[in-house]
Amino acid sequence: MRHTISVLVENKFGVLSRISGLFSGRGYNIESLSVGETTDANISVMTIVTVGDDWIIEQITKQLNKLIDVIKVIDMTELDHVEREMVMIKVSPRQEDKAEVLRIAEIFRGRIVDSGAKTYTIEVTGEEKKIEAIVELLRPMGIKEFVRTGKIAMAREGIKKS
Amino acid sequence: MKISGSEILIESLKKEGVRHIFGYPGGVVLNIFDFLHDEKELQLILTRHEQGAVHAADGYARATGKAGVALVTSGPGATNTVTGIATAAMDSIPLVVISGQVPTMLIGNDAFQEADIVGITRPCTKYNFLIKDVSELARTIKEAFHIATTGRPGPVLVDLPKDVTTSKAEFIWPEQIKLRSYNPTYEGNRHMINQAAHMISKAKKPLIIAGGGVIASGASKELRELAELTDVPVTMTLMGLGGFPGSHKLSLGMLGMHGTYYANKAVQDADLLIAIGMRFDDRVTGKIDAFAPNARIIHIDIDPTSIRKNVRVDVPIVGDVKRVLTVMNKVIREEVKEQWSEVRKAWSKQLEAWKKERPMTYDRDADIIKPQYVIEKIYELTGGNAIIATEVGQNQMWAAQFFKYDKPRTWLSSGGLGTMGYGFPAAIGAQLAFPDKLVIDIAGDGSIQMNIQELATAVINKLPVKVAILNNRFLGMVRQWQELFFHERYSHTKLDEIIPDFVKLAEAYNAVGLRATKKSEVEPVLKEAFRIKRTVFMDFVIDWTEKVYPMVPAGAAIDQMLFPEEKKKPEKKLKAVK
Repeated sequence: MRHTISVLVENKFGVLSRISGLFSGRGYNIESLSVGETTDANISVMTIVTVGDDWIIEQITKQLNKLIDVIKVIDMTELDHVEREMVMIKVSPRQEDKAEVLRIAEIFRGRIVDSGAKTYTIEVTGEEKKIEAIVELLRPMGIKEFVRTGKIAMAREGIKKS
Repeated sequence: MKISGSEILIESLKKEGVRHIFGYPGGVVLNIFDFLHDEKELQLILTRHEQGAVHAADGYARATGKAGVALVTSGPGATNTVTGIATAAMDSIPLVVISGQVPTMLIGNDAFQEADIVGITRPCTKYNFLIKDVSELARTIKEAFHIATTGRPGPVLVDLPKDVTTSKAEFIWPEQIKLRSYNPTYEGNRHMINQAAHMISKAKKPLIIAGGGVIASGASKELRELAELTDVPVTMTLMGLGGFPGSHKLSLGMLGMHGTYYANKAVQDADLLIAIGMRFDDRVTGKIDAFAPNARIIHIDIDPTSIRKNVRVDVPIVGDVKRVLTVMNKVIREEVKEQWSEVRKAWSKQLEAWKKERPMTYDRDADIIKPQYVIEKIYELTGGNAIIATEVGQNQMWAAQFFKYDKPRTWLSSGGLGTMGYGFPAAIGAQLAFPDKLVIDIAGDGSIQMNIQELATAVINKLPVKVAILNNRFLGMVRQWQELFFHERYSHTKLDEIIPDFVKLAEAYNAVGLRATKKSEVEPVLKEAFRIKRTVFMDFVIDWTEKVYPMVPAGAAIDQMLFPEEKKKPEKKLKAVK
């Protein structure tokens, strides 16, 4: 099963390497990983999407907790939470498809962040399913480039992070 | 007053109570070594290889319970420590390894003798540091010792660039430190402990498996109390030897791949396993699906990742073994009032029957020197009162099987990583810590050659380490597998054409060399070696065909043991070799 795990870490050099080394060294999967500072500049939060059965996920969370630089590990999958991911998609449509591209972007509340003679770059934010849906619709229009941030996640109000 | 980084390092080590460090000089640590030149309180032991330095620090740590310290230069000096660090990491041994590094300005430039040792050792240390500013130095050393020695212990590396050793700062020693992201759990969950105590009281066929955690936490007394209080037999992992007296009537010896018949049978038949400070290594469990099929499992360990990593657990207790057992013994004493001996009568009868059925034995009537005979003689002559280090392979297994370790920290052996070349430098470290104790390295002719250069270290420091080489002219354990599973094709395991004369070799280093080629010579050689207050190499020319039994073949359940008489065909005589 797929799990989204938030990891609060000390914002030191080498921490990313400790986390990724743990996953590669023990043969765990990383589907995506995003890192950013929190309001406290000394703490970063990493959001890791990984796949495994209950045994593996239990080991992953324990192993993460064991790392000296890890302050807290929260398996978001066990909580009511919100997940978001942003993608930028550069589309190079034929002349007759241009209007359709703009229409799809609008339906998905995407924004055109760059537009040139041949391409549009669309920014879309949302859950994984939404991202997948827009990608599928745009694919026939000619996707030239595609970059995604990886997921970030946050527990909903009233959920205790234990 | 501002002092240099080198002086801060030395003062910090002294504050941590360090008296001995093992090391090797080099370009970027010259400043530190210059200050060590006149140092009175802190003694540096010059080894002849950085790997030897780390193993010696490891042996020192295992024998004393304190963190061992090694100091090496950058680049090759640092990379040479990796095997030693990984050895300590696998066996949870507290070490602080200080490596020199090229000046901060040059880091990342492929400078002379530069290696990214922090990157290289990240997966085999408990934690590591690169110090970029001299003002962080004292605090970092404090943190390094704190991390190495608390929780589940382990090695910590501190990488120290050359300019940090020469820059100056005030020496401010933090008496207390707190790391918000590092808080090991020491107290076991009371509810779980109660439940465990209750299960022990109900069990008809309980068995304790004691691991290295018993020794790390100093819980031998508590373990013995639990076993005696509840009349539960105890088997030990390789790392747990000495954690419970091997000569105790409740001891079943070691379990696992080369464990005793009765220990392995007991595991498979038990209705309750009380696993204490151990991690269910594959050498202990054998085929995992077939392991302890009838048992519920109580697992006590300070490291939560050890629990439910390899086997299912019914009652997990995360905590320090000593504290958990103290509470558990109290609960059992107060609340549980079973007549243990009555409840367990059938069980102890069964155990006695297994012990009789297949005791630990070998061909005692052989004329040729059997390795087990040498170990038994060492046990007999020392009365068990010695610190035993081992190399890795057959020598290690025989030393585990035929010597009874009654006290913790008297057995020094590379369990998890299985590092050949560990024993001799480890014995040197232990001898330095305990100059008056008898320290013996039980070695093979293969393993001893992996760090044989440390003869110089032993001799020059007047360390009377005894090395008993069980010389079978083979890489014996690999040969054993080749004989049993590879049709006796001894691919690259036969050493006898180029084996050194260990007696002459010892003499070349100004140590003492002795040799026994006949059984009758074993005892006189040992007596002579123990009498001489010098470094001694003993060359025991043993039966090369001898194998370690019982043996659980790889992938088999641990009660599927091989014994000598179950060989597929009769032993070929010496002609196969020469």
